[in-house]
Amino acid sequence: MSPDALMSVRQLSAAYGRQLACREISFELYPGEVICLVGESGSGKSTLLNTLAHRHRPASGEVIYRHARLGPVSLGALDEARLRELWRTDWGFVRQNPRDGLRMRISAGGNIGERLMALGERHYGRLRETAVEWLRLVEIDPQRIDDRPDTFSGGMQQRLQIARNLVTRPRLVFMDEPTSGLDVSVQARFLDLLRRLVAEMGLSVVLVTHDLGVARLLGHRILVMKEGQIVEQGLTDQVLDDPQHPYTQLLVTSVLAA
Amino acid sequence: MTDQPILEVQTLSKRFKLHTRDGIEIPVLEDIEFRLGAGECLVLDGPSGAGKSTLLRCLYGNYLVSGGRILLRRPSDGLVLDLCSISPHLLTDLRRTTLGYVSQFLRVIPRVSAREIVAEPLTAVGVPMAQALERADALLDRLNLSSRIRHLPPATFSGGEQQRVNIARGLIVPKPVLLLDEPTASLDARNRAVVIALIQEARLAGCAIVGIFHDREVRDAVATRSFDIQPMEREAA
Repeated sequence: MSPDALMSVRQLSAAYGRQLACREISFELYPGEVICLVGESGSGKSTLLNTLAHRHRPASGEVIYRHARLGPVSLGALDEARLRELWRTDWGFVRQNPRDGLRMRISAGGNIGERLMALGERHYGRLRETAVEWLRLVEIDPQRIDDRPDTFSGGMQQRLQIARNLVTRPRLVFMDEPTSGLDVSVQARFLDLLRRLVAEMGLSVVLVTHDLGVARLLGHRILVMKEGQIVEQGLTDQVLDDPQHPYTQLLVTSVLAA
Repeated sequence: MTDQPILEVQTLSKRFKLHTRDGIEIPVLEDIEFRLGAGECLVLDGPSGAGKSTLLRCLYGNYLVSGGRILLRRPSDGLVLDLCSISPHLLTDLRRTTLGYVSQFLRVIPRVSAREIVAEPLTAVGVPMAQALERADALLDRLNLSSRIRHLPPATFSGGEQQRVNIARGLIVPKPVLLLDEPTASLDARNRAVVIALIQEARLAGCAIVGIFHDREVRDAVATRSFDIQPMEREAA
């Protein structure tokens, strides 16, 4: 692992049943860096994301993570409790469908407070104060704090997911197509917010998207996936302006402007 | 002071392979070599289509070279790095601190104001936002960009206004190597003079510059040397 990398992925493969979904993936992620995984549906992007976070156990290979207390650890060697702790505190996971990432039956404030409570915060006033602060940060009217997310618009739900995940100030956030369910105008506002928070908090992000425009706007680096493998990777502007692999050339020439 | 080059290009070549066009190969650059020291301004000469912009993009790592080396001596520690083989992470770092590039056209970031676009490279090297915006304003003042429009995203700006935003963004962090792709193409005489002055100041402060300037006046004002690039087809014929 490079001395300043946050995560090092080595020869990682994942399978569903006997079907190999991603093969021999290797890359490193640095603090404050946004990596975009691009490729068509079925290319293994989401599987890779879940496998990186060890929500899905790899078939082979490993992910080394620079743990805040333990230093570099192989995630495969961590027990469930330690992994769970990472999921709840040091990492965030933003889902494509807010229904998978939010608790729809508890209030917006409750959604934001949950991770803090898992860390042991019990003081009602402080929890509420933090929730109000985060609602403001993600541009949701704090008056809606007691409303359930199923009364929110799609854009608000996605912003609430961001607040719920970032409230513990994680170092690493996984995002699975967070904008694909949103209208274009709503998407723009969401991307602005994301861009600002990522820069301000110095977050490392692995973001799955099939939208090259999103990758151009947010990504420092791009990994292009096809049939479970990385066919090309590099700096975002290099991959988009001078794509090398036939598949990347096809992707780039297939959009109007990215 | 040493006379070691800060930038050295060795046998650089660039071909484009178009897989979506039956894999045809377009050779653009071949066997490009030069050395550049601090305080020099190398002007790339040659007709349109000769590959001058392509060369600048290769130097910035925006295009991948097909062969050769681009050696950059990092001023912070004197280490010589081959830009063609370093990690993307290191290249990103060099772009932030060492290697500047002003493209021909501003790539507008949607919904971000002109002054924030200019201030951003400063915040990326750790300058606090308030201070970065102050310096952005000072530079935009010099470039005569009206303070009335600075708070707007530049998408609706004129070509000349966008170009001044682009120049300000490219020059706001002083960097040891600067790549300039026709930074004065759509500027009026007054602003052209400002840009000439900015380039001269950077050079006299020790910056090594590689530039493309179609405007004679600008070219003659800033060049210390020139390098000729001819289209490859012509040579082959």
